[in-house]
Amino acid sequence: MTEHRKRDLNLLWLQSGGCGGCTLSLLCAESPDVLTALEAAGIRLLWHPSISEASGDEFRSLLEQVSTGEIALDILCLEGAVVRGPGGTGRFHMLAGTGQPMMEWIGKLARQAEYVVAVGSCAAYGGITAGGSNPSDACGLQYVGTGKTGLLGEAFRARSTMPVVNIAGCPTHPNWVTETLMQLASGQLAEKDLDPLGRPRSYADHLVHHGCPRNEFYEFKASAEKPSDLGCMMEHMGCLGTQAHADCNTRLWNGEGSCLRGGYACINCTAPGFEEPGHSFSETPTIAGIPIGLPTDMPKAWFVALASLSKAATPKRLKENAVSDHIRVSPGNRPRKRS
Amino acid sequence: MSRRIVGPFNRVEGDLEVHLDISDARVQDAWVVSPLYRGFEQILHGKDPRDAMVYTPRICGICSVSQSVAAAMALADAQGLAMPANGELAVNLILANENVADHLTHFYLFFMPDFARGVYADEPWHSQVTGRFRAVSGTAARQVLPARADFMHLMGLLAGKWPHSLAIQPGGTTRSIEVQEQMRISGILFAFRRFLESTLFGDTLEAVLALDSFEALHAWAARYPWEHSDFCRFLHLADALNLDQLGRGSDTFMSYGVYSGRDGHLFGQGVWQADARSVLDPGLIREDLSHSWMAHRKDPKHPYDGVTVPDADACNGYTWCKAPRLDGRVVEVGALARQVVDGQPLIRDLVRRSGGNVRNRVVARLLEIARVVVAMEGWGRELTPGEPCCNHASIPEEATGCGMIEAARGSLGHWLKIRNGRILNYQIIAPTTWNFSPRDARGTPGSLEQALIGAPVRNGEKDPVAVQHIVRSFDPCMVCTVH
Repeated sequence: MTEHRKRDLNLLWLQSGGCGGCTLSLLCAESPDVLTALEAAGIRLLWHPSISEASGDEFRSLLEQVSTGEIALDILCLEGAVVRGPGGTGRFHMLAGTGQPMMEWIGKLARQAEYVVAVGSCAAYGGITAGGSNPSDACGLQYVGTGKTGLLGEAFRARSTMPVVNIAGCPTHPNWVTETLMQLASGQLAEKDLDPLGRPRSYADHLVHHGCPRNEFYEFKASAEKPSDLGCMMEHMGCLGTQAHADCNTRLWNGEGSCLRGGYACINCTAPGFEEPGHSFSETPTIAGIPIGLPTDMPKAWFVALASLSKAATPKRLKENAVSDHIRVSPGNRPRKRS
Repeated sequence: MSRRIVGPFNRVEGDLEVHLDISDARVQDAWVVSPLYRGFEQILHGKDPRDAMVYTPRICGICSVSQSVAAAMALADAQGLAMPANGELAVNLILANENVADHLTHFYLFFMPDFARGVYADEPWHSQVTGRFRAVSGTAARQVLPARADFMHLMGLLAGKWPHSLAIQPGGTTRSIEVQEQMRISGILFAFRRFLESTLFGDTLEAVLALDSFEALHAWAARYPWEHSDFCRFLHLADALNLDQLGRGSDTFMSYGVYSGRDGHLFGQGVWQADARSVLDPGLIREDLSHSWMAHRKDPKHPYDGVTVPDADACNGYTWCKAPRLDGRVVEVGALARQVVDGQPLIRDLVRRSGGNVRNRVVARLLEIARVVVAMEGWGRELTPGEPCCNHASIPEEATGCGMIEAARGSLGHWLKIRNGRILNYQIIAPTTWNFSPRDARGTPGSLEQALIGAPVRNGEKDPVAVQHIVRSFDPCMVCTVH
């Protein structure tokens, strides 16, 4: 822990080419709520589009003062992609009341900030906004997909010398955001704490597969075939949980949820380019019956051998339950040995 | 006459700019600008139709489930697929969870903090209201955030997470329901009811729902000191500031109807104008592009045939928002429209007396919270553990489908054309597209543009507080508006 700071850290939060869902998710933060978490971290909200009072002129003069350095900017958070179109003009998002493209404001402010944080996959890598033909020419703060050709580019460093912190996710889990901000505020986030795609390792060193309630089905390759089936969704239903970097099944969402617990596939929303998987999200592409995307770090031959072995050994319980929407066959009880 | 550009407005979802002509201390004319374009309709072109379930909720982080439900209904319509009873009940619960949470977020975090502004410092109620509702530091936010988060455990339970769930599918939901889920639902709703009754209303939901006229509402509020509950606080402010005379719109109200069940919609479909309800014909919806930054503007088109091609230099364009019209009419959508169309007695009486205005829009939203939570309790009881939640069908090679529902902010429609098994055209009209639309080819301003005319401007005000109340009374969602 660094020495006690003399003043609170100033945080400015902007939104551009996105849906606002990371903020709405953040408002679901619990133990404590987001306002309490920021207070605990010693972070003062200069402005946030959903919860601050200042509007219009009050906000524009704040923005001027921050961009000239008159007010210190410790943390700049951007939610939503940077919108560059049409034709590189940024006119697809002119910041209201300013007559200037939002991308220019973002560039100006990023140069004043101690730390620059991309909240959500759009701000990090382009995300959904960059899907399809990318009509708005959306990009991330530092990245476009996996390349560092975003608005700020490869060489960018914030004043602290840190690159952009990419809290990727669509949306972000509230605690990924609060915990990363708390780490920043307490001086406990260094470059080594980010993974090669700029994501905080606190959550990105885990896989969605960890703690998946369908693990037993996975082990025996007892697979779901249609929505609402209970089986593993890797083989047919497009699930990328074995490759996706996030702790969704150990941390849980909205109390006790996760995509897998909700009965649908992980679409790897913390990864660059997740918005264009190259096939339908709800189907697993296969070659000769073998899923193309194998679990992270697993040799293919080993996976194939294991899969055929476990398929041969699948208990009736898992085989039947995998294609049912309710438990049809209960786990057995071994009779106790009498002494 | 002076022209003023006001923005950005915060505490609306997304970015918003408004241009005002001001003279004689009143707004004389207004132009509403939606300054962000992302292009979802272009992104969806050529995709596998099922992938709409991934893309469309991400149009909006606050109406995410509403977008999912509209997309699922459009696909189901194309597939000829119906949901099993459990699926329908679960979808109702998930959608209601979002809509009620949105109303709560709007009231506490987006709308009420404006009354804590310095411009009201001399009002006798100001210090009380500031302590309660001031942005970030008020006591209300500290109370409502945990209550909202607890209530949204329903999402964790039924939809995996919020926003951006894939639990809602054309044939129902992916999360099967056992008896333990049913018990949890009833517990979560019980706790949320307690919050509403103790903090928001200061009375039972049933007592609030029994208020059937302006007189009854007035008499009810008079029984308590004005600080009795947050609803009482709002009614007091509405009286003190004449919020019933602020922000009168087109006074034509539309609702697509929502929350389906055995006996049709919980809130019915229709149009309310001049004290009469008429049948809604969705075939009469057209999107006018004459003042939008859009190409291909000839002949306003029905959304099945709609075209979305941005053109930043389009002549007379001043917003990315299109101008939807119903048979050429400007309509207002939202909780007020939904409740007046449905025939809720208190809201019918309020609209009869003073039309659409800031007070009535807020009262309708709070009243709807009570109505929907009572309905949710019923849906929770009707679930049959062990019964299926999802039906299945394949995607046809050629088909059309539409999904029309009510999101928190009003009527939301998705129109879909499938050719060769891929999306040929996907057009979306969101609630705030209706409310914040620009002028049409006849020069008729949109709902908010009409509602802003006549708004008072105080001496020296740069961002007139009355304008802010009016804008936020619609609970705008700008990211949905243009998408």
